[in-house]
Amino acid sequence: MEEKIRVLVAKPGLDGHDRGAKVVASAFRDAGFEVIYTGLHQTPEMIVDAAIQEDVDILSISVLSGAHMTIFPRVLELLRAQGAEGIHVIGGGVIPRADARRLKELGVGEIFGPGTPTSEGVAYVRKWVAARHETQA
Amino acid sequence: MGRELLDLVFPRIGHARRIGITGPPGSGKSTLVHAVAMLLRRRGQRVAVLAVDPTSPFSGGAILGDRVRMPGAAGDEGFFVRSMASRGSLGGVAATTHEASEVLDAAGFDWILIETVGVGQSELEIVELADTVVLVLVPESGDAVQVMKAGIMEIADVFVINKYDREGGDRLMRDISVTMQITQWSRPEGWVPPICPTVATSDEGIEQVLAEAERHLAWLQEDRPRLERFRAEKLRRRLQMLLSRILLERAWKAAQIDEQLDGAVERIMAGDLSPYRWVAGIELG
Repeated sequence: MEEKIRVLVAKPGLDGHDRGAKVVASAFRDAGFEVIYTGLHQTPEMIVDAAIQEDVDILSISVLSGAHMTIFPRVLELLRAQGAEGIHVIGGGVIPRADARRLKELGVGEIFGPGTPTSEGVAYVRKWVAARHETQA
Repeated sequence: MGRELLDLVFPRIGHARRIGITGPPGSGKSTLVHAVAMLLRRRGQRVAVLAVDPTSPFSGGAILGDRVRMPGAAGDEGFFVRSMASRGSLGGVAATTHEASEVLDAAGFDWILIETVGVGQSELEIVELADTVVLVLVPESGDAVQVMKAGIMEIADVFVINKYDREGGDRLMRDISVTMQITQWSRPEGWVPPICPTVATSDEGIEQVLAEAERHLAWLQEDRPRLERFRAEKLRRRLQMLLSRILLERAWKAAQIDEQLDGAVERIMAGDLSPYRWVAGIELG
């Protein structure tokens, strides 16, 4: 059977702006991915639980509140604690370049800043999943 | 891998009670499922939810949004939610929802709540997966004429009229009960589906929904030969479905349909051939 790419699009923290997350979710759907959308105000714990229950390939997190240096490391830590580091974390939102570099060092796959065409995110996800298939084969 | 796992799982199933929740889009299925699940959790029961949303026939993608209405599943090991995309199945559930419910049953969940895609009048496959089918309607779901239509109304073991605080709930309740009196539907077995008014967002009527589902489950159990007959009928249809899936795949390949399709389209469009003649001429390997 055809393998579907599953992505969780998550919106952590207190900011209530999920338009970006919805745009990304729609772009992923239009690319043929199965997108689980969990709504606003999620804690890292809720996001990681959902990602594991849903058995996603990619966890895509949108942060606009400035809390990214707290949220991303916590998500990575929780994934590791649950033995789910195979889930690949990517992010987007208003995140300074220096912070993005630091987050990538910590294990975030890629950070997509404002103005990134959605096609870039789609291409990144496809490439990552294909590369994983190769290493598994 | 999947087939061996399912084979191992099969002897371990039969503990969980499986409730199907179906109804039109926007009727509040997810909210109701969450409310029932939370009630079961308060009673110490382990609950799994399978929530099906539609796959886009154009892109093959899907937005699975039922989790938005199920915040209780986070941070609770006894409350599991898996979203499933319908992936081209037209019966209201995914082709593998049945298999997923068996795995969850074997994993020790006491209740499995299966939420279908938002359905119209003909997506009835949930009957095959669930012991009890709950049909969720809203006051706007229609007048007596809609109620009398066949299909979805016939599969309900329990009716729920959700959003009952809105106008028209009383009328729909009357319409359903009158219709049940004047038509037999397909229920010769003696179960009269109850009608539960609810406001799922504020938990109103949820206890009654669960109580009626439990009453239906008890009713199923009380007549052993009838239960065995129901199970045999379901198993028979399940075997047919599993087999037809495999046969279709094999025959399709054996007859090399994909290789012939483009040529056939060309010839039919050019007027050389009719679709009926082409289909009749296919050799099944």
